[in-house]
Amino acid sequence: MPNGSPPASPMHGPRTTFHRELERLQDEVLVLGSMVEKATLRAVDALRERDIAAAHVIESEDVLVNRKRFEIEEAALLLIATQQPMASDLRRLAAIVHIVTDLERMGDYAAGIAHICIQIADEPLIKPLIDIPRMADIAASMLRRALDAFIARDVAAAEAIAHEDDDVDALYQQVYRELLMLMLTNPRTIDQATHLLWVAHNLERVADRVQNICERVVFVATGRMQEFSRGAIS
Amino acid sequence: MVPSSKLAPPISEADVTVPTPVPPEPVPLEVNQDGPSMRARELSAWYNVTRKAIEHVSLEVPAHRITAIIGPSGCGKSTFIRCLNRMHEVIRGARAEGHVELNGEDIYSAQVDPVRVRRVVGMVFQKPNPFPMMTIFENVVAGLRLEGGYSRASLEEVAERVVARVALFDEVKDVWKRGASSSLSGGQQQRLCIARTLAVEPAVVLMDEPCSALDPIATYRIEELMVQLKQDYTIAIVTHNMQQASRVSDYTAFMLAEEDRIGRLVECGPTSKIFTNPSERRTEDYITGRFG
Repeated sequence: MPNGSPPASPMHGPRTTFHRELERLQDEVLVLGSMVEKATLRAVDALRERDIAAAHVIESEDVLVNRKRFEIEEAALLLIATQQPMASDLRRLAAIVHIVTDLERMGDYAAGIAHICIQIADEPLIKPLIDIPRMADIAASMLRRALDAFIARDVAAAEAIAHEDDDVDALYQQVYRELLMLMLTNPRTIDQATHLLWVAHNLERVADRVQNICERVVFVATGRMQEFSRGAIS
Repeated sequence: MVPSSKLAPPISEADVTVPTPVPPEPVPLEVNQDGPSMRARELSAWYNVTRKAIEHVSLEVPAHRITAIIGPSGCGKSTFIRCLNRMHEVIRGARAEGHVELNGEDIYSAQVDPVRVRRVVGMVFQKPNPFPMMTIFENVVAGLRLEGGYSRASLEEVAERVVARVALFDEVKDVWKRGASSSLSGGQQQRLCIARTLAVEPAVVLMDEPCSALDPIATYRIEELMVQLKQDYTIAIVTHNMQQASRVSDYTAFMLAEEDRIGRLVECGPTSKIFTNPSERRTEDYITGRFG
């Protein structure tokens, strides 16, 4: 962002229609983000509560996430093709295309957790779920705040949120060790432990994709491509 | 998503230059064919005593590159480009101050002949302006005829070469020595005018809104021609069309006149940067359509 300040108000300029459509697309990204956030939290709740009916609903609703992703992507491409956006507008549209792709994949992770919930429905849980819901809470919170940072072009917030991925990674490692121990001590838990490991892995991937969104926030605000993935954070 | 069948690894993943005194020695205006470049330094221009059009514009026009000058109407971009070949002073009462260098030599030096400047630094105008009473061939060689000293054969050789250079020869070869230039389409007429400019062998070609009167296909042809011509010429183009500037130019300069209606250079840089991440707030607001 030149001079570090936001651009002039777009709603009184000569491209009001274009900028209004751009704002609408951003709102749609927030809606998609909210759908994914809820799906993630509900999938983990369904797993913890052994709510198979809810899991079926979550799995079937993934198609809505996919559909909205394609709607936003098509609208963004249409704006690029017809309105020739420049500078921060172009960066914002490019970021929207990237972000909805990440959100759609996060939706897949939530649907995957719901699917696992159904797969292991007939067995009692081999352990109470504590860290997995914590992972879901952190990842969902990261997602919500990353999208807020995207709207606000808040680089500092994006950098801080990206760092929180370390917390999710730490919990994943903890779940991994715990489940490994269970499998070693009781081979009959291997099947469910493996499924739970997939759940934790999916949540860890959600947080990774939130990092991608944080990278896009920096790009939109500054034009700088900055990697936040593990090893890239100083 | 159906969970993956295998466990993934734990964690994946413009310089503004200070004016210096101009040396008083005669300036031969020899063109360095390896790289004719221009530089405006602290250039200001007036249309009369009170009406100042541009102020302290310092801008490089690098050799064998296309430099686009963009900005809203009235920002002085056409005035600026007309100063680059001393056409601005042709207007009654108009004058310019500052320096404009071609290969380091000041074209505003008292010893420099403005007519020679305009030959070395050619200009293509907004509206195609072929001479309607002349054939295509006569249009192309009009400048050379004014100079005199060319045989018919050499005129034909030059004309054929430059008409081919602007990709017009195949379209007019059967009629170009008898057909009136007015029979050409707008795009063909503009390419003819570019050929006429090239015929006198300039080093720099200035283009003032060269496509604003053309349809999109003719515009694309001119743009393609510009990209080809930069191999042999240094080009500066004034355009209202930001997409055109972004398509064809290597460098883009943004000019703006604010409340005092005096045009100033806001920012200049590689086109790839100006249109994706400009440094100046005013550039950002203009190219994203937030004013202008």
